Amino acid sequence: MSDKKLAKTGSTNAEYEYEGGLAVIAPDAVKDPGLEPHRTRMTDKSVKHEKAAARQVAAMFFASVLGSAFAIYAYFAFPLTEDLGTVRNNTLLLGLGITLGLFGIGIGAVHWAKTLMPDAEVSEERHQTRGSDEVRARAVEIIKLADSESGFSRRKLIRRSLYSALALFPLPAIMIFGDLGPNPGNTLRHTMWKKGTRLATDPTGTPIKASDVTIGSVFHVIPEGLADLEHHKLEEKAKAAVLLVRLDPADLKESDERKSWSYDGIVAYSKICTHVGCPVALYEQQTHHLLCPCHQSTFDVTDACKVIFGPASRPLPQLPIAVDAEGYLIAQSDFNEPVGPSFWER
Amino acid sequence: MSTTVAPQKKGGFLAGTANYLDERVGVAGILKEFGRKVFPDHWSFMLGEVALYSFLVLLLSGTFLTFFFQPAMEPVIYEGVYGPLKGAEMSLAYASTLDISFEVRGGLLMRQVHHWSALLFVAAAGLHMLRVFFTGAFRKPREINWVVGFVLFVLGMAGGFTGYSLPDDLLSGNGLRIIDGMIKGLPVIGAYTSSLLFGGEFPGETIVARLYGLHILLVPALILVFIVIHLFMVVIHKHTHYSGPGRKDTNVVGYPLMPVYVAKAGGFFFIVFGVIMLIAATFTINPVWNYGGYDPSPVSAGTQPDWYIGWLDGALRLAPTGLEFTVGGNTWSWNILLPMLVGIGFLVIVALYPFIEAWVTGDKREHHVLDRPRNAPTRTGIGAAGVTFYAVLWAGAATDLIATNFKLSLNQVLTSMQILLIIGPIAAYIIAKRTCLSLQRKDREIALHGRESGRIVRLPHGEYIEVHEPLDAYEQWKLVDFKDYQPTLARPNAQGKITLRARLRAGLSRFYFEDRIAPVTQTEIDAAHHHGDHAEVEAKETKAVEA
Repeated sequence: MSDKKLAKTGSTNAEYEYEGGLAVIAPDAVKDPGLEPHRTRMTDKSVKHEKAAARQVAAMFFASVLGSAFAIYAYFAFPLTEDLGTVRNNTLLLGLGITLGLFGIGIGAVHWAKTLMPDAEVSEERHQTRGSDEVRARAVEIIKLADSESGFSRRKLIRRSLYSALALFPLPAIMIFGDLGPNPGNTLRHTMWKKGTRLATDPTGTPIKASDVTIGSVFHVIPEGLADLEHHKLEEKAKAAVLLVRLDPADLKESDERKSWSYDGIVAYSKICTHVGCPVALYEQQTHHLLCPCHQSTFDVTDACKVIFGPASRPLPQLPIAVDAEGYLIAQSDFNEPVGPSFWER
Repeated sequence: MSTTVAPQKKGGFLAGTANYLDERVGVAGILKEFGRKVFPDHWSFMLGEVALYSFLVLLLSGTFLTFFFQPAMEPVIYEGVYGPLKGAEMSLAYASTLDISFEVRGGLLMRQVHHWSALLFVAAAGLHMLRVFFTGAFRKPREINWVVGFVLFVLGMAGGFTGYSLPDDLLSGNGLRIIDGMIKGLPVIGAYTSSLLFGGEFPGETIVARLYGLHILLVPALILVFIVIHLFMVVIHKHTHYSGPGRKDTNVVGYPLMPVYVAKAGGFFFIVFGVIMLIAATFTINPVWNYGGYDPSPVSAGTQPDWYIGWLDGALRLAPTGLEFTVGGNTWSWNILLPMLVGIGFLVIVALYPFIEAWVTGDKREHHVLDRPRNAPTRTGIGAAGVTFYAVLWAGAATDLIATNFKLSLNQVLTSMQILLIIGPIAAYIIAKRTCLSLQRKDREIALHGRESGRIVRLPHGEYIEVHEPLDAYEQWKLVDFKDYQPTLARPNAQGKITLRARLRAGLSRFYFEDRIAPVTQTEIDAAHHHGDHAEVEAKETKAVEA
């Protein structure tokens, strides 16, 4: 198409001229003066310099030998013990020995090339990437021959059945990945919290008394009994982590529906960010804002943890709480909506 | 024939070995073909080498680590030497990482070598890509090799991320949590994909083992395959060279592989390895013992991913509030999807750029002489815009640190970044393009009138002039040797219709080449020398000296 042969017919080593498109080809362009004359180095001119350079290269290689030997020495001389300071010595001295071993070889070789090997630039011819017309003709011939010998184009039935076989054969390979994980089912909608579960401190698991929660204090909370789980401790914790804050009840803006979810100014919200699931662990006491350290979504604790800044869109789910007969904080139920990042079926 | 074969007699062991190898693998032919292959010399050609050598260091140090690391998430009680965590429950993966750090001689060194070389690998690959972009090395016939290199860059990020997550410490666990949240946000398949990846609910007990398989087998194998393709194509195309006297599209000027490049490139491997080793010996990286094992509840402020993931994390942070909505009971998390699409869109444009530029210029010739960035002002402008876009997203991942370190409001920093993400690239484009055009004008000036010498001469009639020294032919060539394009008009096709395609191409060609500085021609130089002020100056100067 575009690579029409424009010039240089008859040459055995034909190069093809291609369209320049929008290129401007000036007829009076400056002529290339050709390669610059070579400038000789000191090591080319004086034997003294040449010998000095040779000595320097050899010195580098010897330095490398010393470095490697030192690294082996350091491996034994600076063992690791119960004292953590030994880790630093071992890392540093072993590393420096190896470094010298490597630098000696590297700098020596480069110095050798730059000072003692010829530094006159040479020019090598470069040919276009495409094959010559003869080569291309032969390539087309081979393909046509292969086609006619196999009957690939001619035998439609074979060809189409092969296509369908090739299209289907990877499917089992994809299917067998099905057991990588179970169907998520309802797991994303439920957490460990249920009616009567006591709120306990993270990580000790001590139940929290409402009277221990002073105004302005923050508790990182897990459900009581989390530590006793045999399996899926982290999976449950990843959903059930809660942040407990006590505010002056006058500061709280509560909807009628949620009035009964708090206890005397104590509110509990999911700690898992509704953006992509980081723990919303930073509480600003002055403003009553919760800040997610990962992407800076900010939630207003006084106003149902609505998003006031950042990429998150949904408020943090609230855990309805109450107090049991012994004065411990308990959950009234599970969260009323899924916690954590949004998902399609939510 | 057989009667003419003379058995090898002389030469001893080396000649014997050479003969043995040649008769079995044809080593003489290989040496004849490649032994004196010419490579051009320039510091910027070493960036790709740095990436290659970092990868070799990654393979070496990574292999060492696999002998000690246990990719298992079963909980264990830590009994090692690191006091603060003694008795803590943690995953086997994290415990074995602590053991490598504190109980294997050279273990911490190797962990740090591995981490630093991973950072260097992606950095060098990125800089290498920028070099290729700004010098136009991606032009025909190297468009496909650009895509191969692009895939390598993405694989580098994938290798980095899968490796970063293996120690199962608090920081990397939070990184995985973010990935989990992003996957869950995908329409329709989100929750299922997350469950498949993590083997159930996050974090599960399989993700580290799965990432380990990807990290030590699949990703490095793919990187290796693509490196082989990449280098194979370099051999086919021969290396590009910078514009200069005697350097043409039909030759390659430089030093032969043997002995010069064997020594230089081989030595450079040891230098790169040495630099990585020096950094690893003296600078701590990823001190996982400070973070503790993964626990979904705590997180530290100022969490940061490794640098090359930063731009994607920044994209997540910069998404405006309130992008999520529900339609017919299904949740569209555009606060996650939009940043993902922005990231993917950016990468797609990077991958396709050579084809876009080739379509606009319509230039089907092979290009082996590199452009100086100033001589392709629009491309350089586009590159600057891309770099700025990336840099703003990257800085976006540090909004909290910028706010705390410079005592600014976090909200204002973030809003500024959002604005900068749109305005920054446009400003960078304009500034870079204008700078290029100015530099080109300066080059023209110098090519035509010579260099300002700083010598002030007073003429007999009292005028002061500065003497301009003419350039020699070699210096001049460097300033005038570049390809120049001009915009085209939308032309009607055979049916007499102006297609949308033709209009688009004409519009783009105007965008690219409307502002152009043509290279100086011989006619202009002759004119300047014979009639221009330069010649007069020369003449007057001679007179002044005589007088």
